[in-house]
Amino acid sequence: MSPPANALTIAVPRGALLKSTLDRLDAIGIDTSEVRANDRKLLFADIGVVTMRPSDVPTYVEAGAVDVGITGKDVLTEQPEREVYELMDLGYGACRMILATIDGPDPSVEALRRLGVMRVATKYHKTATAYFERTGRQAEIVEVKGSVELAPLTGLVEAIVDLTATGTTLAENNLVIREELFTSTARLIANPVAHKLKAAAIDAMLEKLRAA
Amino acid sequence: MRPQIHPIPSGTRDVLPDEMRELRDITEAIRAVFELDGYGEVWTPALEYEDVLGRGGGAPPAYRVFDDHGEVLALRTDMTVPIARLVATRYPTAEPPLRFCYFAHAYRGVRPHRGQMREFLQAGIELVGASAPAGTAEALSVLCHALDAVGLREYRIGLGDASLYPTLLRSLGIPPVPREALMDALVARDFVALERELQRLALDDADAQLLLRVPQIRGGAEVLAGPEGPVADAVAGLRGVYELLAPEVAERVILDLGLVRQMGYYTGAVFDVYDPALGAPLGGGGRYDELLGRFGRSLPAVGFALTIDRLHIALTGEERGRLQATSSGDGAPS
Repeated sequence: MSPPANALTIAVPRGALLKSTLDRLDAIGIDTSEVRANDRKLLFADIGVVTMRPSDVPTYVEAGAVDVGITGKDVLTEQPEREVYELMDLGYGACRMILATIDGPDPSVEALRRLGVMRVATKYHKTATAYFERTGRQAEIVEVKGSVELAPLTGLVEAIVDLTATGTTLAENNLVIREELFTSTARLIANPVAHKLKAAAIDAMLEKLRAA
Repeated sequence: MRPQIHPIPSGTRDVLPDEMRELRDITEAIRAVFELDGYGEVWTPALEYEDVLGRGGGAPPAYRVFDDHGEVLALRTDMTVPIARLVATRYPTAEPPLRFCYFAHAYRGVRPHRGQMREFLQAGIELVGASAPAGTAEALSVLCHALDAVGLREYRIGLGDASLYPTLLRSLGIPPVPREALMDALVARDFVALERELQRLALDDADAQLLLRVPQIRGGAEVLAGPEGPVADAVAGLRGVYELLAPEVAERVILDLGLVRQMGYYTGAVFDVYDPALGAPLGGGGRYDELLGRFGRSLPAVGFALTIDRLHIALTGEERGRLQATSSGDGAPS
């Protein structure tokens, strides 16, 4: 997409990070009222903003279809092969990547002891695989697309790896957090070529974000 | 008759005549430049003994086979290591400098996407026995000639120094273990992790700020004029090269104090080629003064490689951009 003269094109995540992201952009002088008013439109050429799923942001940034983007650390951890610069921790959108099981005696420990392998449902295949490798446990990763909480309740798996902000959904489904993998916040990322060819614009944006 | 579809391996592709003509235009333009600048073309086998490639320390091979004696062969991952082997083996006594160029496929186990296949054609040079800064300046000059000949107009060259950040860490007295974590963060281009690691070290504020700020500095000659103290020492090598560059080369250069390249063998100046028409570098290179020593002929060296597919994508992108600029100029509102 062609940006307004001398400005950056920015990938903005829809969903939980959208509102805080737009607040930050407003604070650094990008007028996002059109984005707020318009739920279906995706491309806002006047202010150089495109909106998309958070997990698509690294794809657009890596390819240089946009110069910079904002997405969660959980997304970046799940896509470690992306060639992007991680420039700044924006602080908002805090949530935790956790390992949870049904309340009571830990069924994953029982599975590991007697069967040698624990089954784990997740939407974060790479994150979970790397975590169990690092902690020396054998795990069968079951990738699901919908509500992960359902998997342990039906006996599909003994544990889940998932993102949680408040833990309410977990508690409602009688699940308890056993381990925390990492905490995630929103990050500003940049395309490696834009980081060099548009250095002044990117540095100015960083400075404004730090001051905002 | 129903056509039979026979698959080809992931990350490879066929090139058909229309595209091939355009690729040939690019490689022939570059070949003429290399020839004119005194670089003799070489071929080496695509398959090498795995331990020979391993000695060089380049990207790890992705494709291996056993030969009929049970030896492990691997497809080369670049041409720099094979040419280091060639120099030590075929030119054990020749008077340096030696100038070689190549047009050759290399193979890596990457995630295939546009401009990044597992089998890819590279054009490049190796200048062996010419030390910094003069050898580096010559390589950068040949690089600009090649890119000009291809027809690219908007390219820029990011120029950094692989020894800059390690030198800075040593001069500030950072011990080896955290040094490694800091380098890992820098190689991963993760400035958030770099900041975290620096906080963990409990350095004094000025040093921590310096170590966070310096790798984010990029720009023109002012980058070299500014710093004092340990940074001034660390950029001395870069300044030496920059001062030798012809004006038409220097104006293409973006000095980048945070530039690092993934390959382990770089020892000094490193560079990447950028074009606004593509989101990834078109190629790059640098100094590898210790690589030839590993093969038994200790000579300083510098080289670069351009990925032909990426030059082609950037060229078509630039042409499209110019076309749009012209047509929108014609269609100006009256």
